[in-house]
Amino acid sequence: MSDYNFAYLDEQTKRMIRRAILKGLAIPGYQVPFASREMPMPYGWGTGGVQVSAAVLTPEDRFKVIDQGADDTTNAVSIRRFFEKTAGVAVTEATTEASVIQTRHRIPELPLREDQILVYQVPIPEPLRFLEPSEVETRKMHSLEEYGLMHVKLYEDISQHGAIATAYAYPVKVEGRYVMDPSPIPKFDNPKLEMAGIQLFGAGREQRIYAVPPYTQVVSLDFDDYPFEPTKADHACDLCGATESYLDELIMDDAGGRMFMCSDTDYCGARRAAGHLGAQGAPLAEDAA
Amino acid sequence: MTPLLQVEGIAKMYGARIGCTDVSFDLFPGEVMGVVGESGSGKSTLLNCLAGHLQPDAGAVCFDTRAEGLRDTVTMSEPERRMLSRTDWAFVHQHARDGLRMNVSAGGNVGERLMAVNARHYGEIRDKAIDWLGRVEISADRIDDRPTAFSGGMQQRLQIARNLVTGPRLVFMDEPTGGLDVSVQARLLDLLRGLVREMGLSAIIVTHDLAVVRLLADRLMVMKDGHVIESGLTDQVLDDPQHAYTQLLVSSVLQV
Amino acid sequence: MITVENVSKTFTLHNQGAAEISVMRDASLSVAAGECVALVGASGAGKSTLMRMIYGNYLTQSGRIMVGDLDVVTAAPRQVIQLRRTTLGYVSQFLRVVPRVSTLDVVAEPLLATGSDRDHAMQRAEALLLRLNIPERLWQLSPTTFSGGEQQRVNIARGFAYPYPALLLDEPTASLDPTNRATVLEMILQAKARGVAIIGIFHDHAARDEICDREFDVTAFTPDRSV
Repeated sequence: MSDYNFAYLDEQTKRMIRRAILKGLAIPGYQVPFASREMPMPYGWGTGGVQVSAAVLTPEDRFKVIDQGADDTTNAVSIRRFFEKTAGVAVTEATTEASVIQTRHRIPELPLREDQILVYQVPIPEPLRFLEPSEVETRKMHSLEEYGLMHVKLYEDISQHGAIATAYAYPVKVEGRYVMDPSPIPKFDNPKLEMAGIQLFGAGREQRIYAVPPYTQVVSLDFDDYPFEPTKADHACDLCGATESYLDELIMDDAGGRMFMCSDTDYCGARRAAGHLGAQGAPLAEDAA
Repeated sequence: MTPLLQVEGIAKMYGARIGCTDVSFDLFPGEVMGVVGESGSGKSTLLNCLAGHLQPDAGAVCFDTRAEGLRDTVTMSEPERRMLSRTDWAFVHQHARDGLRMNVSAGGNVGERLMAVNARHYGEIRDKAIDWLGRVEISADRIDDRPTAFSGGMQQRLQIARNLVTGPRLVFMDEPTGGLDVSVQARLLDLLRGLVREMGLSAIIVTHDLAVVRLLADRLMVMKDGHVIESGLTDQVLDDPQHAYTQLLVSSVLQV
Repeated sequence: MITVENVSKTFTLHNQGAAEISVMRDASLSVAAGECVALVGASGAGKSTLMRMIYGNYLTQSGRIMVGDLDVVTAAPRQVIQLRRTTLGYVSQFLRVVPRVSTLDVVAEPLLATGSDRDHAMQRAEALLLRLNIPERLWQLSPTTFSGGEQQRVNIARGFAYPYPALLLDEPTASLDPTNRATVLEMILQAKARGVAIIGIFHDHAARDEICDREFDVTAFTPDRSV
């Protein structure tokens, strides 16, 4: 029998992480260093998100995990099982029923409520990292609010591509103070960063936690003459017909045939269950699991 | 007239060794001061103390800020000093690589200081960048090229444009022509002379090359072993040197 | 306009056994507006030295040199620079120019530096160069490649571009042919008539007699060399 402490981590570690989370909530967008633990999965596989989830979960929570919108990828399944085993919490694929949602690279389509927590998995927390390799220098830039370099990145995009080419991990300014990397979510999701739920960001390898409390101002950076646009593929979901959700593109054959489907599997499934059908959709019962 | 910069008793020690000591002078708007000396004279240490790159052990560097009059930059908070060095001050490094972002385009390099003071219109930033590239004789079609694709002289001119775009009043230069081919040096000096005149800049130029000071500097300070051993009008110090070391320095220059 | 009071000058050559060479002791001289005074004395007696001291190019060990309201001996560098820009002109024996600047720009420089608009400065420069017989085809070239005589004429043109109230002229007619020599003397006389105070060094006796009101013998203030 496996005798794990609740959610795997010991109580002192969870306390340390919660302190970091509280600090992060008190200073929206500010990267709080924390003592990231060795987890039973390698760095780069969501250890930051897992540690944050472990610290906030209570036995009464209902836990959902999505990986690029889908509940059924290997990683999402593994992490869900991990918490089932070590915390014994109930799990769900329905966004509306979850109290804690851990996500990699997407925000669910359905708006979250005040009683929900969204935990993001973050690879590189520092939005300036690729422009300024020095950690000492980027910390200074954040503390002195010297963000000119961030706009240089956007300038470079426009000069090279005619538009701001950043399609994901699009930098935002939080509560008018800190510039933050919202993790590699598509820029389409950026407007959702202003929400009623609590947002927590964990980067295990880089050992940083940051947070955005409910109803916080989150503005995507842009230029006056090149304003931010949350774009998506100009298509409807071929399964459920949704026109407002972010889509995955699937290549079907060697002849260039492709189909688009909602990246958020729960959202798509719920729509199909309600009777919506897209161009290539079949009623839910006939869909292979 | 109020001096733009009032330097009083600047000293910097490296353990028991003197980096520079007891340096005081006033610099007025539009004046260019040359600081000459050989290696180890303390001229670079002095420049770095003045520009806020090094913390001096003693002394004050009072700058006439636009908003608040005379302020001692040595005791200023770091955010204020960093803001100053992005707006009213400029620093031209000897090696352009130290003063540029090599992985950012020429336009981005020139625009960075503007974006750092909240310029938020891409078109306007780009226009200003093109204007400045023209003023330093870099053709506008190179605006999207990285500095890695530029020659040494072009990189140095780009560094100058990057520094001057926010209209600073005081420019620090550390061996601005060092390491460049002679003909390239000549062109750069002409450019600097023109810009200093046009923009009414004050400048402090550190160099070991007396020809540079003759061309650019109104005044001269000669340093040896951390001390200022002679100072005055450039042509007077070079034509009628008083101190033994200055006389040695001047007589050592080859006349071509 | 120019008053030299009890000035002394000593050169100390530190790298040659600290040899001290006293070249001038207690010299005094006064030049009023519209006057032209010639410095005379044997070669090496200190004529050019005195001129450089007045210009601030050489340091004066003791005494006062008033040019207008400014004591050049104790003036700050920026005050001397301002003086040279608007009050005191200097035509040295040899043309010293910033390289790679066209003849036209060399001559227009004193006007541009004092805020003249470009067109006016250029017109004046062209007029002076024409008067001194520097052909138009040379105007865009740097004078560093010109003959000695041509360089001297460019030097003079530059010296007369701006209407200084005081002028120092060191051998202005040397290396000039008779025609140009006459032109330069004419220019100096016109300046005199405008009230400019002039100190000049002329080895050319005839020129000296033609334009100078009196002579100042520097030898009288040269200490005995054997000291």
